[in-house]
Amino acid sequence: MTALLRFDRVALRRGGRLLFEELNLEIAPGETLQVSGPNGSGKSSLIRLAAALLRQERGRVERSRLALADDALALDRELPLKRALRFWNRAVDEPMEAIGIAHLADVPVRLLSSGQAKRASLARVAASGAPLWLLDEPLNALDTDAAGRLDRMIQSHLSGGGAVLAASHQTLPGKWHRMELQA
Amino acid sequence: MIGALIVRDVRRGFTGAAWLPIVFFLLVATLVPFAVGPDARLLAQIGPGVLWIAALTAALLPIERLIEPDRADGVLDQLSLHGIAEETVASAKIVAHWLTFAPLLLIAALPASALLAVDGTSLARTEVALAIGTPGLAALAVAVSAVTAGLPRAGALAGMLLLPLAVPLLIFGAANALMLEAAVSLLLTAGAPFAAGAAIRAART
Repeated sequence: MTALLRFDRVALRRGGRLLFEELNLEIAPGETLQVSGPNGSGKSSLIRLAAALLRQERGRVERSRLALADDALALDRELPLKRALRFWNRAVDEPMEAIGIAHLADVPVRLLSSGQAKRASLARVAASGAPLWLLDEPLNALDTDAAGRLDRMIQSHLSGGGAVLAASHQTLPGKWHRMELQA
Repeated sequence: MIGALIVRDVRRGFTGAAWLPIVFFLLVATLVPFAVGPDARLLAQIGPGVLWIAALTAALLPIERLIEPDRADGVLDQLSLHGIAEETVASAKIVAHWLTFAPLLLIAALPASALLAVDGTSLARTEVALAIGTPGLAALAVAVSAVTAGLPRAGALAGMLLLPLAVPLLIFGAANALMLEAAVSLLLTAGAPFAAGAAIRAART
């Protein structure tokens, strides 16, 4: 079984500061990994490095096709939610239903609450069809209903051969492998 | 995806601020007769040059909304995750920006030339020169917008960067040296996506 994400002795430097070095990790289909650690320990940077939005200083990163949900919504604020989501992927109905925003399809993105916006970005990831999901602080602004829905979405993604890498200092629902980053 | 991006940017341009540069262009053309007096011969003589100055300054207005909103909202990151090169994104943005800027400008040049008593022959020459120059100007605007995205006071800085680089277009365009103007416009259009793409990558944090 080939890994969906593999870090081989990776070092990452941001703004002159070495965030981590000699970092190895491997995520195979069906696996989940939660990166935790205090503020500023490099959780988000690790996610962005996994997404190839940052370049490592040393080491090798191999990645499969992936989707990312972070603080940036990346949806056109003046459009109705469903149309805005469809810019990225066509099949948005099922993920919108799964995360509980199907009834907001015609609401302009700019009117969404922060929790609804977070649900929308998770729906964007689920609609991507990518095998690897990268979630940066997925529980931020989510209520217990949404957290439960996210857990069910992740379980069905895993059973379909997907994998999830999440960065969070909170306890995520479900079973996760854990990795702690030092500040 | 590229086509969808162009359509999206054109839609956002026309529902948003695409009209502002055109109104500004007409305002500048309106101010000139007040400033130099109503002498029709003098106005006709300086008219084509005034149209060029007005076009260049109007081109500065949209710079802050070409790249920065998409950078801040993560759209550029998501496009990269969809496997679209930053250079391709920049090219799409140049096409979309030209579509929302140039046709309106060429139409606005008609009433502006009437205000400046420019006769039909030199109006036609100026329109052709503007049509040739605007792709280069749009490409330059996108590149400068990418270089300054996320910086404080980006608008003022963008003006300092764009206007000097647009001088060759102005010289050859206003002198109606169309072959040289086309060469400059082509060079800018071909080079800008690479500059903009590198700037988008460098701005990632």
